[in-house]
Amino acid sequence: MKRIIVCVKPVPDPKHWHKVSMDPVTMTLKRAGIPSIINPLDKHALEAALSVRDIRGGEVVLLSMAPPFATSNLKEGLAMGADRAVLLSDPAFAGSDTLATSLILAAGCQWIGDFDLVFLGNFSIDGSTAQVCSQLAEFLHLPNVMHVIDMKWQENDKIIIIQKIEQGYVKLEATLPVVLSVRKELNKPRYVPFTGILAAESKEIKVLSNEDLGVDSSSIGLEGSPTKMAGLELRRFERAKERLAGSIEEIVAKLADKIYQCNIS
Amino acid sequence: MSSNGCKGIWVFAEQRGGELHGVSLELLGKANELAQGIGCAVTAVLLGHNITSHAKTLVNHGADIVLVADDPLLKHYRVLPYSYVIEYLIKEYQPEVLLMGATAMGVELAPRVAAKLKTGLSAHCIDLKLDREGKLLQVVPGWEGGVIATIACPAHRPQMATVMPGIMRALSPTEKTGQIIEVKVSLTDKNLGPEVLEVKTEKPAGRPLEQAEIVVAGGWGVGNEEGWKTIEQLADVLGGSVGATRPAVDEGWVEEGQMIGQSGKTVRPTLYIAVGISGVMHHVVGMDQSKEIISINTDANADIFEVSDVIVVEDFKKVVPKLIKEIEARQKVCK
Ligand SMILES: Cc1cc2nc3c(=O)[nH]c(=O)nc-3n(C[C@H](O)[C@H](O)[C@H](O)COP(=O)(O)OP(=O)(O)OC[C@H]3O[C@@H](n4cnc5c(N)ncnc54)[C@H](O)[C@@H]3O)c2cc1C
Repeated sequence: MKRIIVCVKPVPDPKHWHKVSMDPVTMTLKRAGIPSIINPLDKHALEAALSVRDIRGGEVVLLSMAPPFATSNLKEGLAMGADRAVLLSDPAFAGSDTLATSLILAAGCQWIGDFDLVFLGNFSIDGSTAQVCSQLAEFLHLPNVMHVIDMKWQENDKIIIIQKIEQGYVKLEATLPVVLSVRKELNKPRYVPFTGILAAESKEIKVLSNEDLGVDSSSIGLEGSPTKMAGLELRRFERAKERLAGSIEEIVAKLADKIYQCNIS
Repeated sequence: MSSNGCKGIWVFAEQRGGELHGVSLELLGKANELAQGIGCAVTAVLLGHNITSHAKTLVNHGADIVLVADDPLLKHYRVLPYSYVIEYLIKEYQPEVLLMGATAMGVELAPRVAAKLKTGLSAHCIDLKLDREGKLLQVVPGWEGGVIATIACPAHRPQMATVMPGIMRALSPTEKTGQIIEVKVSLTDKNLGPEVLEVKTEKPAGRPLEQAEIVVAGGWGVGNEEGWKTIEQLADVLGGSVGATRPAVDEGWVEEGQMIGQSGKTVRPTLYIAVGISGVMHHVVGMDQSKEIISINTDANADIFEVSDVIVVEDFKKVVPKLIKEIEARQKVCK
C-alpha cells in the first residue's frame, strides 16, 4: 500500500447548534465562537484507513479544506494515529459549495500524490449533502463507492466491498485506486491513546493556500459555486397551540382525552 | 419539446433489480406541476437491461417522453456507467432541470453527474418551484427556528436537485400516450469501475413508518435508553410506530430508518406525539403535515410548540409513564 488519504471536515459541535445561524447573503453558516469537532463519520473513515495501514502498511494522510482553526481538529486525527496532515486554507475557498469544495480537495489529493485509497465519511452532520465523495472521485477520474459498511481484501489488492442500500446491500469488487465513503456500521473508531497525543505534537500539519494548489479561481469560493442562495423565508404554522394545565394527573387525563378524540385508539 | 425554448424537465427513473423506485413516480408528479407553469415536456430517463416495460408506467404517471437506455452493461446500477450515459443524454438533449431521488443510488449518482457537467446540485429539497424565467427554486430547511431557505443555480444547466422519498406526491396513474425513445450508448471502451457480485434486498417486516396512523417520536430530550423504552411503550399501547430525531439515532437508541425530517422520512399520520424534541426545522419538515400534533417538552419556548395543537410543558418522565397507564386503563374499560 502506498498512501491512504482521509478527508476530514471540522463541523460545529452539535451541542452548540442553537447558536448557529445562516448568513442570509452567502448562505454559509455563521459559526464564530462555536467549538468545532471532527465530523463523526470522518472518524470512521480514519479508522478504516488506520486498519488498512495496520495490515497492509502505507502512510495515512489527513486532508481538510477549512479555516486555520482546523489544525486543532487535525491534531486529534494525528493523535488517533494518522501520519501527517494537509490543511487547505485560503480565504478564496470560503463559501465554496460541494462542487467547488470537491475541486479543491481533488487538487489537495493530487498535491499529496501517489495514493491508493481515499476515505471520506458518507456525509457531514452540518451539511448532510453526501455529495463530496462522488464529486471528488469524478475530479480525480477514479471510481467511487458510497455507503460502505464492510470491506475485505482479496489477492491482487482487490477489495470486496459491502455497500448498504435500502433494505439490503450490494457486494462489489473494486481495484485500487478507489474513493470510498463510509457509514458508521463499518467500524468503531479507536480511542486516542495518551501516547498518541504526545506523538501528534511532532507530526507535520502542512498548510497550503491556493497559490500552492493553483485551482482555477473562477471555479472556487462563493463566486465560483454554481449554487446560490436565493432567499430566506419564515414558515408559519396554523396550529391550535392549546397548552394543557393542571396537576400531572389532570394533564395526563386531558392528554388521553385528546388522543381518543383523534378517533384512532 | 415546446416552442417557448424550455428544453424540458427530466426525472431519473430509478430501478433496481427491475423494480421501479416509488420516488421516481413522486418526482414525475412534481415535474408535471412544474412543467404546467411554463408549458414544457416532462422526460423520464430509464437505464437498465430488459426494463422497457417500465416506460409505460412512467408515461401513465406523467412522463411525456421516456428515454430508455437498455444495455447488458447497465443491468446492475454502477455509478460510472450510469453517470456516463446520463452525461451523454444531457449533452445531447440539454434539459433545464434534472431531478433524482435522494436514495442510496441517487445520492451517489447525482453528484457524479453534476460534477461531470460542472453544474449545481441541491440535496434533500423539501419543495421545488419554477419561476417565470425557468429558474428552479430549491427549498431546504434553514438553521434557525422556522426558517426556510431557497437555493438556485442561475448560470448552469441542468439545474439539479435530489428529493427524499415520500415528500412529493405521485399522480394517480391514468392511461396516457407518450413518446418512448430507445437510445443507444456505447460503454465498451470505458472504465466501468467496481464489479457488482451480488445484490441482496429484503422486503421490510411490518408496516413502514410512513404509513403509521400514530407516530410517537422521541428526541435528544428523552435522555437515555431507559427513557427511550417509555417512548416505545407509548407507541405500543397506542398501536403506533416509533419516530426519532437525528440525535436519538446518533445515540443508538433507535434505528436510522425511524428518523424523521429532511434527511430522514416524511410522515403524515393522524396523530404525532413529539417527546423531548426541540423542533428544529430539519426535523419539522418531516412531520408538519401530521393531522394532530401533541408535544411534550420542558422548555416553554421550544420551537416544536409552534407546530403543535396540544402543548404540555413538563418533564416527559413525569407524564409519559402515567399516560401509558391511563391509556391501558381506558382500553380495559372499553373491552
Ligand atoms: C443538513 C441537516 C439535515 C438534518 N436532517 C435531520 C433530520 O432529517 N431529522 C432530524 O431529526 N434532524 C436532522 N438534523 C438535525 C437537526 O438540525 C437537529 O439537530 C435535531 O433535529 C435536533 O433533535 P432534538 O430535537 O432531538 O434535539 P435538541 O435540539 O437537543 O432538543 C432536545 C429537546 O428536548 C427537551 N427536553 C430535554 N429534557 C426533557 C425532558 N426531560 N422532558 C421533555 N423534554 C425535554 C429540550 O427542552 C429540547 O427542546 C439535520 C441537520 C442538518 C444540518
